[in-house]
Amino acid sequence: MTTGTLTLAKALNAGLRRALAEDGKVVLMGEDIGRLGGVYRVTDGLQAEFGPRRVMDTPLAESGILGTAVGLAYRGYRPVCEIQFDGFVYPAFDQIVSQLAKMHARTNGDVRLPITIRIPVGGGIGAAEHHSESPEAYFAHTAGIRVVSVSNPQDACTMLRQAIACDDPVVFFEPKRRYHVKAEVDDAVPLDEALPMGAARVARPGDDVTLVAFGGMTGVALDAAEAAAEEGVSLEVVDLRSLSPIDYETVTASVRRTGRIVITHEGPREAGLASEIAAVVTERCFPYLEAAPARVTGHDIPYPPAKLERHMLPDLDRVLDGVDRVLGRRVVHA
Amino acid sequence: MLQLLTETGTRVPSDDYDPLIADVDGDALAALYEDMVVIRRIDTEATALQRQGELALWPPLLGQEAAQIGCGRALDPDDFVFSSYRENGIAYCRGVAPLDLVRVWRGVTASGWNPYEVNMATPQVIIGAQSLHATGYALGLQNDGVAAAAVACFGDGAMSEGDVSEAMVFASTFGAPVVFFCQNNQYAISEPVSVQTTVPPAERPAGYGIPSIRVDGNDVLAVLAAVRAALARAHRGEGPSFIEAVTYRMGPHTTADDPTRYRDPAELETWAQRDPVSRLRTHLETIGAMPPELETRIAQAADRVAAELRSGLVALGDPPADVLFAHVYAEPHPELERRRDEYLRYLDSFLPDPGAEEGAR
Repeated sequence: MTTGTLTLAKALNAGLRRALAEDGKVVLMGEDIGRLGGVYRVTDGLQAEFGPRRVMDTPLAESGILGTAVGLAYRGYRPVCEIQFDGFVYPAFDQIVSQLAKMHARTNGDVRLPITIRIPVGGGIGAAEHHSESPEAYFAHTAGIRVVSVSNPQDACTMLRQAIACDDPVVFFEPKRRYHVKAEVDDAVPLDEALPMGAARVARPGDDVTLVAFGGMTGVALDAAEAAAEEGVSLEVVDLRSLSPIDYETVTASVRRTGRIVITHEGPREAGLASEIAAVVTERCFPYLEAAPARVTGHDIPYPPAKLERHMLPDLDRVLDGVDRVLGRRVVHA
Repeated sequence: MLQLLTETGTRVPSDDYDPLIADVDGDALAALYEDMVVIRRIDTEATALQRQGELALWPPLLGQEAAQIGCGRALDPDDFVFSSYRENGIAYCRGVAPLDLVRVWRGVTASGWNPYEVNMATPQVIIGAQSLHATGYALGLQNDGVAAAAVACFGDGAMSEGDVSEAMVFASTFGAPVVFFCQNNQYAISEPVSVQTTVPPAERPAGYGIPSIRVDGNDVLAVLAAVRAALARAHRGEGPSFIEAVTYRMGPHTTADDPTRYRDPAELETWAQRDPVSRLRTHLETIGAMPPELETRIAQAADRVAAELRSGLVALGDPPADVLFAHVYAEPHPELERRRDEYLRYLDSFLPDPGAEEGAR
């Protein structure tokens, strides 16, 4: 058991090490994950410990990584694939949405593909083109796969172990700007005692407005709640954790108390998760709503160059602006 | 190009490949012939069933019987096949029931059989995607230390897909026990193979470091020998191989296709002279292994299979609506269950339809 203060990246490493040690069918696949330990060092030391057949440096072919993972899973393995950066996942799109996502359904449950796809995600690190994307909506739109996004080291470790143990395919988003966040981590939490992977978590209780965030935006949301509290506004921050399925029980229970909801994410607004959550909350909580749901998201543009990304990423002020909108404190320009 | 049986049914000796088929005596040849006759009969029946409205679509294999039976009968039980939608002859050899070949084309299921019961995945429609699945499965076999191989079946059109290229990269660099079995049937729907490649498909694998061979795909003996050689190599842990079986799709791409728009009738006639079934029949007659009573028995067997296929197919009912949601996830999914229940309640809100089929909710 590793109990100690770990960065989110090290917590992922601890989770992978435990999964490799506990189940001989777990194999890691990806570009530069072996000798180098991954470009973010998430797999650091694992190839030396478990060997090159358990921790495989693959050719530079994302469809190849996912497609061969499908074959390995067919044979009873539990592949954990690393896609080096969010923007590199698209060459694997067919293997994920047409093969992986559909296999259990199309074989009437005969073939299970317990594959975890780890993807460093999102912006805020001043990265090059194609290194700051938020592609969660594509995957959340696809039936047959589960999608999660972690925000803190303990969730990173436990939810990665849960994802690997899950018999469904899981797209596992790791927000890059949270990789160096540190916290106490227990890497041996019994998975059946942990909060289920599909459950959201109330990261900060509050009464006036429900603020839904996930991944890299969770830290911003908590900062916003702190700032709002100084002005006498109580925000309830829900860290979504699971993006497919979404834990609507937790979200709607909060909204029924607060009557107001703000949803924030980095990715573009159009057909994004905030839109879906706003729609479901409106359908299920309409009599309880005091204001129309507000979305605080990235713009509907290609992800901008580093010196402009502060305009793309919702910051504390934009989140609080959304809070003001649902509180009727600000004129809404529709 | 490897050929052990000429177009006129004459046996050609081969120092390299004859030892691989030394066990194929007259009876074994007759059994291969029976397989080819039966699968042609299944194929013809399925085509007719589509024309009669019992199947939504059917991808005929007419002309490719030798390629598929030669490959299918070369396999060991532990080998695992990942194929496209046209390899019904290989599936038949794996033990897939004829009715299970056609369920998916009636539209009552997305998969006709359990892949693990016959060691063959159900047909892949995305061109070339299964080549990676075979390669990954082969990596698993390699990890497990099992003397078995994965077989990736695809056509000449798939040679242009990135997945096939990536599969050959992975197979080569990891030395995976996979056999790439390419049936070059000369067409990808309307596009001749010259649109995909200016060299024979068998010349590509060299660039990946994979040995390859070009065989007469209408010669069941040549295909059997070549696939046995490739499998033996994989079983010995010597890595991947590539086989190009040169054949011809005598029918349309599927029953929805009209090859008269793009194919010269003279070309069809040329390939008809190379017919795989009549070639083997001529050879069997030459060596005295085709007595009239055997011919009659095989014809009756084929008719029986076709009749069973037809009666089984027309008796298939439509599945109930709750099947839609049943296997989307392996583990519980309360949100989807909620949405399923909403839809089933909606369906139940209708008055019963007096004409509705029993069970077709």
